[in-house]
Amino acid sequence: MLKIENLHVRVEDKPILKGISLHIKPGEVHAIMGPNGSGKSTLSHVLAGRDGYEVTAGTVIYKGKNLLDMPPEERAREGVFLAFQYPVEIPGVSNVYLLKAALNAVRKHRGLPELDAFDFLQMIKAKTKLVEMDEKFLYRAVNEGFSGGEKKRNEILQMAVLEPSLCILDETDSGLDIDALKIVSDGVNSLRSADRSFILVTHYQRLLDYIKPDQVHVLAQGRIVKTGDASLALELEERGYGWIDQTMGEAA
Amino acid sequence: MSATSYIERYQSIANELPGYNLPWLNAVRQLASGSFEATGFPSPREEEWKYTNVTALEKKLFAPSSISTPSTIDKEWLETHVLADTWTLVMVDGYFDSKLSDLVGLTDKVIATGIAEALQSHPDRVKALLGTTLEKESHGFLAFNTAYFSDGAFIEIPANVKLQKPLQILHISTRNEALANTRSLVGLGRNAEAKLIETFIGLPNISYLTAAVTEIHLAENAVLDHYKLQVETDKAYHFGGVYVKQDKTSHFYQHNLSFGGLLARNEIHAELATAAECEMNGLFLAKNRQHVDNHTLIHHVEPHGISRETYRGVLADRARGVFQGRIVVHPQAQKTSAEMNNRNLLLSEDAEIDAKPQLEILADDVKCSHGVAVGQLAAESIFYLVSRGVDRETAKNMLTFAFANEMVEKIGLDSLRNKVQDHLLNIFPQTGIRRDWL
Repeated sequence: MLKIENLHVRVEDKPILKGISLHIKPGEVHAIMGPNGSGKSTLSHVLAGRDGYEVTAGTVIYKGKNLLDMPPEERAREGVFLAFQYPVEIPGVSNVYLLKAALNAVRKHRGLPELDAFDFLQMIKAKTKLVEMDEKFLYRAVNEGFSGGEKKRNEILQMAVLEPSLCILDETDSGLDIDALKIVSDGVNSLRSADRSFILVTHYQRLLDYIKPDQVHVLAQGRIVKTGDASLALELEERGYGWIDQTMGEAA
Repeated sequence: MSATSYIERYQSIANELPGYNLPWLNAVRQLASGSFEATGFPSPREEEWKYTNVTALEKKLFAPSSISTPSTIDKEWLETHVLADTWTLVMVDGYFDSKLSDLVGLTDKVIATGIAEALQSHPDRVKALLGTTLEKESHGFLAFNTAYFSDGAFIEIPANVKLQKPLQILHISTRNEALANTRSLVGLGRNAEAKLIETFIGLPNISYLTAAVTEIHLAENAVLDHYKLQVETDKAYHFGGVYVKQDKTSHFYQHNLSFGGLLARNEIHAELATAAECEMNGLFLAKNRQHVDNHTLIHHVEPHGISRETYRGVLADRARGVFQGRIVVHPQAQKTSAEMNNRNLLLSEDAEIDAKPQLEILADDVKCSHGVAVGQLAAESIFYLVSRGVDRETAKNMLTFAFANEMVEKIGLDSLRNKVQDHLLNIFPQTGIRRDWL
């Protein structure tokens, strides 16, 4: 699904990622953990194609294609989806309108006809149930006046509608109470499938109580310093990120 | 020089101007004519006209149409501009056309007709309203309008009458190089309620001048929703002024939608008595080399008045926009609450906006605020949409449409809101937005 090799990324003149390598197979869930400033969010933004990041070395191959060559809209149409840490409010554009525009762009790219209004509405309504969202949210402006939890649920709704192959969740758990976390996690879990992979970027272990990862990577100072199974997250939770710094200190 | 040429043209049709046989009106017209002769059209040297230069008018010399040569108007084209379920007063090249108008079923308590006709049937009513909202106003366009208006609408709604349907005044220009100069008078009695739409259009591709002045008087507790939809041709010159005098506890809700014209100046001025409320919403869109100027003025002359003003502008290509918003809180107007906000979106490097908010507060116990912002589309919003698969151009157009549409959503009248959205989609055809999705 995704092969990241030796990825180096700079923001302005500051190196942020210093040689990331990561292989994700279809159906796998990878968690990327790390302290603030370790480069977690940079990694998700670079994969989604946000401006302002300069790749100075390395490659990212997604489904056999060079992901870094694609503009962000093409990445989205090819099945890459970023759930934002801070979803953007778009006053004046209704949720349902954005969903329709996005879905049609993606379907067109895949050679599929546009859904007619009836089928679209049926589909959307089914997906809102998945994230336990009231249908009235469909007609409200995108994220405008939504609570933190509602915004994150809205991200998962978009994900469910666009049916991507690679889902990147950037600190989706931040700012969520337990109930919202559970709803979001249930939504994600229901989307898990053999041909869909996930990257969960998170600071805390608690999201991983609800979404079981296949692998956990610890990112520090722009490098993956440790990789393990789900138990690594628990160990981190117990010992804190200081433990990683120590390990790195020993290695250095 | 130039003013003289206009004056000469009008002198040749002086006997066609309405009320030429009424001495009081002749006196009013002569005074105005003298004033226009002295000043001509406004010049950028005048503070209130600093950003808008209308000297082109003097070179162009638009000619007044004569009532004796009526135009034929394509009914189908006209229908596209008539709002469903309204009473309509149609002005063609500056003259009321009763055949094209539709006032069927309007209660006979209400007077709704052309001002020329009203000067014959109800001269005292016209005399009572004419000029009453213009006491604090003076510039060349107003003098020109008073001196030479050829017709206009006269609407009087007596006390306690609530109109069941909106009234639409449709101002149509049909002749190239022509001039339509109208004065409309609107009076609402105590507790009266009405909705009034003024639409300005022209036949495709013609160049012309519209000079339209609307005076509105709202008696105690009257409520008027006034919508101005300016969709003149892209070669047209438009001066449109709306001047309102609000008695105590009256409400005036105004929407100024200015999309057309090569050069357009919209003036919306209101004077508020005790506890009167005034809302002014504006949306102006301009592209290519269009110039659009919005000049608003709110006088709070008595206590407890409330005014809310929200204007948005979208300027593309080499278009130029002006927002001048002035609020004056007079010494007696304690407990006034006034808010003004203006946001402008520049879509190109060559587009320009002059935004000038002015608060003059002469009372000490008031709540007033103003804010002005000029900017481009937010990069993070564009990225958010693009990351959902929408291409960059569409994303930008969606955001532009959304910015404008937020103002359109404030229009309470469904039929008008839909029409305005159609105009919006025509102006920015690349929005990727489909009518049926809205």
